[in-house]
Amino acid sequence: MSERALVGEASVPRLARGTRLQFDKHREQWIVQAPERLFVLDPIALEIVQRCDGVASVGAIVDGLAAKFDAPRDIILRDVNTMLQDFADKGVMSL
Amino acid sequence: MSQISPPLALLAELTHRCPLQCPYCSNPLNLERASQELTTAEWKRALDEAAAMGVLQIHFSGGEPTARPDLEDLVRHAHDGGLYTNLITAGVLLDERRIARLVEAGLDHVQLSFQDSEPGGGDRIGGFKGGHAKKLEVARLIRAAGLPLTLNLVVHRQNLHHLEGLIAMALDLDAHRIEIAHVQYYGWAFRNRAALMPTRAQLEAATATVTAARERLKGRVVIDYVVPDYYARRPKSCMGGWGRQFLNISPAGRVLPCHAAESVTSLSYDSVRQRPLADIWLNSEAFNRFRGTDWMSEPCRSCDRREIDWGGCRCQAFAILGDAAATDPACGLSPHHEALVRIAEADSAAEAPEFEYRRIGAR
Repeated sequence: MSERALVGEASVPRLARGTRLQFDKHREQWIVQAPERLFVLDPIALEIVQRCDGVASVGAIVDGLAAKFDAPRDIILRDVNTMLQDFADKGVMSL
Repeated sequence: MSQISPPLALLAELTHRCPLQCPYCSNPLNLERASQELTTAEWKRALDEAAAMGVLQIHFSGGEPTARPDLEDLVRHAHDGGLYTNLITAGVLLDERRIARLVEAGLDHVQLSFQDSEPGGGDRIGGFKGGHAKKLEVARLIRAAGLPLTLNLVVHRQNLHHLEGLIAMALDLDAHRIEIAHVQYYGWAFRNRAALMPTRAQLEAATATVTAARERLKGRVVIDYVVPDYYARRPKSCMGGWGRQFLNISPAGRVLPCHAAESVTSLSYDSVRQRPLADIWLNSEAFNRFRGTDWMSEPCRSCDRREIDWGGCRCQAFAILGDAAATDPACGLSPHHEALVRIAEADSAAEAPEFEYRRIGAR
């Protein structure tokens, strides 16, 4: 059993095995399915999760979001870190 | 009544057959026989209907779902229909080849039960010799196959002293998640209540152990915790509300708001053999009887928690009070709550009686 993984700019996140990103057409929302759990993604969370492909680093993801939304990088970095750490602690995201 | 939302999850009880005989089994006392079970084709149709009405997750359960040779076929069918597939198993019938076939069929996740942290207690509580050792082997095979694993640990007065050991075992087995659930007293567990009920001190010690483990293991393993509600101040939000998020199909095809609902003998339930699943969900008398808040009387009716806990558990109100429409006596606002606490205190203080093991035809 590994130690708790902490998110940093060099982390390369991907959805953990046993979770699934999908569009719920009945409720018209994006969700991540996990064992006996369901996470509804708002548009910002969806932007982040869709970029967590096991290739891009957190730093690269933040760069991409900062460019797309023309927003301060440090604020985006903080928001991305917070969300990914929460998902990692819930076993939804692998780092 | 506002618009009825579709259910999120379906518990598919494929069979009531099981090699284990746990005295707190969630199946009804009247176990259904193999000859009554839905066929493969009937299950596939039910899965299609569930997906079409908006169900997102399917939990294959039982009894022991791996006792059905068509499990892989049903997992594949559910997976191909876009459903998230979870297997809830005792594990003792699984081997490496069967696990590989389930992975190949698209299984997303496994919940494996343990009855204790050591073989003596595990085999005795489950009523299956050699079961604990087999489960350890199967847990390792599940992880070796790359499947994410939750350990389901039902706790009670006869294994709570091993709670730390159970958590350590889950870590050793590389589980991603641990579900520590105190026994809920319906059906078999209601019958075995005196053999299972913890004292309030045991409950408080267990809660402290879980709280400390959650802190210590944050980011490494997720721990879910279900408390025994006889000692509670407020009732559990049973199933997130009757007919709100969840439905259950019994081995013979009866559609239930929860796995214990057949204990409410004042209601009758429709079958997927006779009526479309969506029609049962939306329009059947049983699902509408306790849906929402209109059915409530006081103290629920004017309670500011009525849309939080939805009146608690209908099965418990029926089991204790004989009235499924009463406030769950687990609620401190119920006039019957003190009597419920006294039952728990008396059961837990007396010497534990022998288990009455769960088996077909035991009644």
